[in-house]
Amino acid sequence: MEHAFEAEGLVKRYGKTTALAGIDLAARPGTVLGVLGPNGAGKTTAVRILATLLRPDGGRATVGGLDVVRHAARVRRMIGLTGQYASVDEDLTGTQNLVLIGQLLNLRTAEAKVRAAELLAEFDLTEAAGRPAKTYSGGMRRRLDLAASLVGRPDVIYLDEPTTGLDPAKRDDIWNQVRSLVADGATVLLTTQYLEEADALADEISVIDHGRVIAHGTPASLKAVVGGQTILVRPADPARLADAAGVLAAVSGHQPESPSRGVVTVPVDGDAAFTEVVKRLDLLGIGVTELSLRLPSLDEVFFSLTGQHTERAEEVAA
Amino acid sequence: MTITAERVLPAPVAPRPFGLVRHSLALARRSLIKTLRSPEQLLDVTLQPVVFVVVFVYLLGGAVSGSTHDYLQLLLPAIMVQTTVFGGMATGVNLNTDIRKGVFDRFRSLPIGRSAPLIGSVLGDLIRYVVAVVSLFAFGYVLGFRVETDLLSALAACLLVILFAFSLSWAFVLVGMLAREPGAVQGIAFLALFPLTFGTSMIAPAATMPDWLRSWVAVNPVSHVMDASRGLLLGGPVAGPVLWSLFWSAVFVLVFGPLAVRAYRRRT
Repeated sequence: MEHAFEAEGLVKRYGKTTALAGIDLAARPGTVLGVLGPNGAGKTTAVRILATLLRPDGGRATVGGLDVVRHAARVRRMIGLTGQYASVDEDLTGTQNLVLIGQLLNLRTAEAKVRAAELLAEFDLTEAAGRPAKTYSGGMRRRLDLAASLVGRPDVIYLDEPTTGLDPAKRDDIWNQVRSLVADGATVLLTTQYLEEADALADEISVIDHGRVIAHGTPASLKAVVGGQTILVRPADPARLADAAGVLAAVSGHQPESPSRGVVTVPVDGDAAFTEVVKRLDLLGIGVTELSLRLPSLDEVFFSLTGQHTERAEEVAA
Repeated sequence: MTITAERVLPAPVAPRPFGLVRHSLALARRSLIKTLRSPEQLLDVTLQPVVFVVVFVYLLGGAVSGSTHDYLQLLLPAIMVQTTVFGGMATGVNLNTDIRKGVFDRFRSLPIGRSAPLIGSVLGDLIRYVVAVVSLFAFGYVLGFRVETDLLSALAACLLVILFAFSLSWAFVLVGMLAREPGAVQGIAFLALFPLTFGTSMIAPAATMPDWLRSWVAVNPVSHVMDASRGLLLGGPVAGPVLWSLFWSAVFVLVFGPLAVRAYRRRT
């Protein structure tokens, strides 16, 4: 079997709205597939179909070679799901949540307790194990949620925007957990709105928009298309924006853009360009309040792939 | 299965028998924990019936039975039925609330029977009926209610009332699966519960009612349960009312149970 999970031409409609317009997703065993897209692109719908929660209107999906509709019960033995919102029971304690899942997975109560304690320790929740989940912080809930999806040691794990709304330190915790899952041999489908997250974790990335895959490849190949890194400059004196743009153009050889007022950005190929930009800004006496080297945002990825901004960005701009 | 071959699987999921029963019981325990953690959810089966008893006994007792004590004897076995039947509404409302949260997505993604989460909730909520019956008896005894038969008959009355409420609660589960929001569940349930519980001889003898209402009282399943409860607690004929109660209980489970599970499957 070549793929741990595979979706071919998935279609899902809600009334007149088409959530998925024939989407293909697949990952080889032991790899991470990043599904990158804005809100409403169809990420969650695709995950719900692969997790047997929704029936597709067209196309097919398999997990471990088994059809998710015809063999739903057997597929459910192989998967773990972590939803966009933490799907734990707020009234139950951390331990009770995990023991319940263990019992539902046919562990004996004693085994379920051992497994719960193991996972709570692994996710640094031992101290909070006896408290109701509603007293947990956002990061703790996400960790408990992730732990809950791992009780049955699934082969395939779906993580639907697992770090949305988390601060960077907590996000790193989740990232490390994902890496260790993959090291143990699991296959992961990770949806995200951040190229940075997909870049950090995924072996391959599918970019989706309006229910279609608009680009697919390794992080490196995707970055080659959308521009690897971007330098952003915000001059202290807005009048010198044109001068700063001139510096960026000269160093990168590309035409800089001004995504928002008082800021210019340009894609660059390597870190060396950054040092050069700093030198030239200094030489020309252009003071800056912001200067950064970063991966393109989702909006910039979309702009370079489709020539259009994401709808959300348009709404913000409007 | 090449994926699992390299992984260390400590034989976690060996098939064990009676899966549906075990899963339902585990989920029932979850409902129980949730109820006990927020006891204010039990107000409808503790404080509310006490208020009803006080209002009816002191407002109507003299007029209907000539004395508040005689009226209390007549009312309490019937109020017990009304309270437990109303108590089942919460199962539908809670399930409707629950199902919109992520935790039900998790249950659906697990290899368990589709009916297990519903059976679990209905079983867990049995605690509500037990609490209702106990608090009514305690309060009734303080006011002077006395069982006129024996302990065994009284226990049988309690069990019958609880069984009936449990069976009827499947109808509320069905409403909970079909309605869009918890408020709607409550609205629909109330509409059905008023004729069912007040269209009886609970607060006044049926003989005083107009013909059309008396015909309804005669066929109303809740009337039979109230008659059975009175018979078992106060004496008098019980065989007919008890059999009718058991018959209706079976009908409700067999009709509304499968319909509720089907509605749950279809809901996304």
